[in-house]
Amino acid sequence: MNKNHSNRLIFSFILLLLIFMVLVNISFGSVNIPIRSVINSLFTGQGDRETWNYIILNYRLPKAITALLVGSGLSVSGLLMQTLFRNPLAGPYVLGISSGASLGVALLILGSSILGGFWSVLGNSQVMTSVAASLGSFLVLTAVMLVSRQLKNTMSILIVGLMFSSLSAALISVLAYFSSAESLQRFTFWGFGSLGNLTWTELVVFGLIYLLAAAFLLPVIKSLNSLLLGENYAKSIGINMQTTKKLILLSTSLFTGVITAFAGPIAFIGLAAPHVTKLVLKTSDHRIVLPVAAVVGAFIMLISDTIAQLPGSEYTLPINAITTLFGAPIVIWLLVRKRRMVL
Amino acid sequence: MKKENQNKTSLRSVREDCLEAVMSTRGLSIGYASGKRKTILSRNLDLCIEASSVICLLGQNGIGKSTLIRTLSRMQPALEGDIFLEGESIYSVTQNELAKKIGLVLTERIPESNLTVYEMVALGRQPYTNWIGKMNQEDENLVSRALKGAQLEELADMRCDELSDGQLQRAMICRAVAQDTKLILLDEPTAHLDIQHKIETFQLLKKLAVELGRSILISTHEVQLATQMADVLWLMNAEGIVSGSPEDLINEGRINELFDRNTIHFDKETRQFRFK
Repeated sequence: MNKNHSNRLIFSFILLLLIFMVLVNISFGSVNIPIRSVINSLFTGQGDRETWNYIILNYRLPKAITALLVGSGLSVSGLLMQTLFRNPLAGPYVLGISSGASLGVALLILGSSILGGFWSVLGNSQVMTSVAASLGSFLVLTAVMLVSRQLKNTMSILIVGLMFSSLSAALISVLAYFSSAESLQRFTFWGFGSLGNLTWTELVVFGLIYLLAAAFLLPVIKSLNSLLLGENYAKSIGINMQTTKKLILLSTSLFTGVITAFAGPIAFIGLAAPHVTKLVLKTSDHRIVLPVAAVVGAFIMLISDTIAQLPGSEYTLPINAITTLFGAPIVIWLLVRKRRMVL
Repeated sequence: MKKENQNKTSLRSVREDCLEAVMSTRGLSIGYASGKRKTILSRNLDLCIEASSVICLLGQNGIGKSTLIRTLSRMQPALEGDIFLEGESIYSVTQNELAKKIGLVLTERIPESNLTVYEMVALGRQPYTNWIGKMNQEDENLVSRALKGAQLEELADMRCDELSDGQLQRAMICRAVAQDTKLILLDEPTAHLDIQHKIETFQLLKKLAVELGRSILISTHEVQLATQMADVLWLMNAEGIVSGSPEDLINEGRINELFDRNTIHFDKETRQFRFK
């Protein structure tokens, strides 16, 4: 009872922090806009200055929303992978699922440039990119799951994921070798990861696929807790493992696929955010951990994006570099200092 | 050949006078099937588990004790034959319905997590809770009662990975109790435990049968404890399973069939196996 109460308090606190961070994120950029003006723009649509109003509504607000979706989606995917494979080091990036999505996008962008003509039109479509990325991540995740059935040791799964990453990277470099300079440049920039550049229409598509992925999760929340006991025990307390696995597979590949398509492959959020959450909450109950991990992921993503903007300067750093600079030390710290990375 | 027939007749006779069985099997063959190759460990088993009885399954390593437990709990498919649970084939019910009837305690360790003892035992209520796993008052009462019965109340808020082996095993049994099933299957629940905790575990299981009317099947290597605590022994060897009361099996010398008779034999006085 007490624990529930304090968890609710933590959740409200993080949620407040998140709202504050959204405002900070919107306020900072190449032009710094005071938070008061941001609030005016957002709630009245009437900013203090016309240019600010335009920047906020057409550029920074979509970017902040993208950050929220990307961060929370990756964090949830990571949590799902960790629980499903019962491996605290699992995540969309580590297991090669992001690489699978990259391969899908590479096949589309680079492959269409090689084929030319009609195909090059397809390669430029954002919807096709998300379809390709989702398919890529779905394929790799399915392959990892099939191989993991043969493996008893959960550590081998990481090695399998690593191998799939390498395979994808190798295939991508073969494709890159044959493709045009222009499409190669497009693919390289996509690979840096970027939260901006999304129009409101694209954001709506992103949001809808995100909601679909989230909907697949609703029936498995209960199963996730049983999985903490391992697959055999989960079955013995009435969990239909096949359905559960299918739904988790669908949800994760949709999340990772659509996120990678719109924002590029983003590392470490999926691994670090769930662990930060579990460390703070000191529980493994997915009914609590899942929503909080989503909020924590979104929060870390917003901070990373704010830093990547290099407030006050005209430069923007690749977002992937920031999340790695942020995420990798957290993982090392968890392993070394806490000696405890758990499900 | 002659002996095999003997086994079967004794099993048939058990089956006939156990009409009110919680679980029974008919022509059951257990083992592994990979591709087209079948490895049968034991065939044509006609077993019967009576209400509120403690059954101990004894047998050599690798003879198929775990396979039998896993087959009876539908963790792995039977190669031939059928298994009935209160008259209904276990292959005709959903995973959730099955979980309301069979509780399971395995040898495998649970993965490290922040799960507390209370939360872990409460997972035993999952077959009964709604889609998000919300427990009602009855669920909470059953969990508390199970914890009390296993004397785990004081450890309820501890993390599972902070428990000793003995405490963890008690907690796992406790979860199966909270699951409120007629039948509980346990695969070597006393492995890794010292003699004190072995006896305590057996006493706890015996109590569940006597006080709560649960039927309990335990696979074990503890011959001495098994002969003292069990209502029925299942002796498993390459020829099949011989079932009977500990006294009968000892007096008839059947228990000697468990191991290689040239090297060890069962000493009736001490109820232990000895070198020849």
